[in-house]
Amino acid sequence: MRGLEGYCLGIESTADDFGVGIASFDGEILANVNDVYVPERGGIHPREASRHHTIVAGRVIAEALNRAGLKPREISVIAFSQGPGLGPCLRVGATAARALAAYLNKPLVGVNHCVAHIEIGKMVSGARDPVTLYVSGGNTIVAAFEARRYRVFGETLDIAVGNCLDVFAREAGLRPRADKPLGAIVEELASRGKSFIQLPYTVKGMDLSFSGLLTAAINLLREGKYPLEDICFSFQETAFSMLTEVTERALAHTEKPEVLLTGGVAANKRLQDMLRVMCEEHGARFCVVPKEYATDNGAMIAWTGVLCYKHGLTIPIERSHVKLKWRLDEVEVPWVEQ
Amino acid sequence: MGVLIKRGAEASIYLEEWCGRKVIFKRRHPKKYRVAELDRALQIRRTKHEPQMIHKAKEAGVPTPIIFLVDLEEATIIMEFVEGKQIKQILNDLPSEDRVRLCREIGRLVGKLHKSGIIHGDLTTSNMILTPSGRIVFVDFGLSEQSVDLEARGVDLHLMRRALASTHYKYADECFNAVIDGYREIMGDEITKDVINKIREIERRGRYIVGR
Repeated sequence: MRGLEGYCLGIESTADDFGVGIASFDGEILANVNDVYVPERGGIHPREASRHHTIVAGRVIAEALNRAGLKPREISVIAFSQGPGLGPCLRVGATAARALAAYLNKPLVGVNHCVAHIEIGKMVSGARDPVTLYVSGGNTIVAAFEARRYRVFGETLDIAVGNCLDVFAREAGLRPRADKPLGAIVEELASRGKSFIQLPYTVKGMDLSFSGLLTAAINLLREGKYPLEDICFSFQETAFSMLTEVTERALAHTEKPEVLLTGGVAANKRLQDMLRVMCEEHGARFCVVPKEYATDNGAMIAWTGVLCYKHGLTIPIERSHVKLKWRLDEVEVPWVEQ
Repeated sequence: MGVLIKRGAEASIYLEEWCGRKVIFKRRHPKKYRVAELDRALQIRRTKHEPQMIHKAKEAGVPTPIIFLVDLEEATIIMEFVEGKQIKQILNDLPSEDRVRLCREIGRLVGKLHKSGIIHGDLTTSNMILTPSGRIVFVDFGLSEQSVDLEARGVDLHLMRRALASTHYKYADECFNAVIDGYREIMGDEITKDVINKIREIERRGRYIVGR
């Protein structure tokens, strides 16, 4: 531990968000600014998203510094999301981080995006040693700390649950709004659903598969026999029950005292309720990460950058290439105690 | 109900005296988090299915508990209490030679299951019991399915590898290689090779794996 006072600026750009956060070495978040790329139609187009990031990068960095009330020279460490994610998007954040580190002559830290979700979640929720359910458009992971790493106990064998929800919603003709992502629209429709329709429920050990559920739900939409509200309801109930079941299995297996819910899908109230009920049955504490820090954000990169820096995990610029498929369980986290 | 010996994620296991025998009551709890229709459907499906698969495993020559009674109304299976220790509890502390021998036997048993078209679905070391006589008994067929697909076999073994990596990380490679050796004895070189390739493919498919 160097123990010096300082600030870390973190850049997140793995997918559709370009975020910049600033964290102090003692864990205060001084800024968390985000600009999201919203596609005109369809899902995230990596090239278009990276073009968006390139355009907004300078402004978002300046705004973060401004909010934190810091001059660039006062930043002690530059961190960036090094992976996993979409190559073109990751490279924008990496390029900005390298430029800042070189220009300011500050150390550079490459942060694993999934580790960052867990670390910021623990920091803001007070969880110490949780089973984490990380659910987003690109990830569906059940992980817990075991011997120097966050071990993956379960994950999706095909598509991420957020992706499954989005594709289903688009097939249903729903359109995202700036204030309301597709998941929130499905959630609202589902809350008005009344009859449950059986759909494929696929849990393999602690792993999950969502592709069969997606196909069956799309077929229901096309059949046109059921109200959209009922299909959304059944779709959500099935997908979230699967998630809760594998989280429960991991909790029973690891005997951890807490469950931490994070990622973009964490905002869903029904998913939160299911996990809360499950945790109560096991006497475990349920923690959900507030939306600002659950979706992709720069603050999580900044805070994890602080942890890495304090343990000497800096990287030279010439070895700071992005890692598109960098797994959570490849990363040692020396700051976590067993 | 007798003594609760394990509260699992899926069901609770009670140890009980029943008709003069030491038995296990495996009761699937209603899950409050799930809507009733879904919960009931899953409970009945799994309670019916498990004893059938346990029986099929016996036909394949894989030791499994004796089933005495199936009560669908209560979602309860009454079966033999298998004396012994979970492989999970002992594997890390064994001398390397014994560990390899044990894993090879596990591999042979998984091979026998797969050869008979049975996919266990939850091949963790807590679901295998080593009896005092040295026999390995497979329990918990709650997530098992019938399949001879390479995909299903690959996922089954991939889960086993993952379970080893998370719980027995120090010896994961040694153990898994021994499991594959045993598996090969039953399934032959060709199928085993195909299954190993399938496992690699599954791992690469898993969202963020670096091809290994």
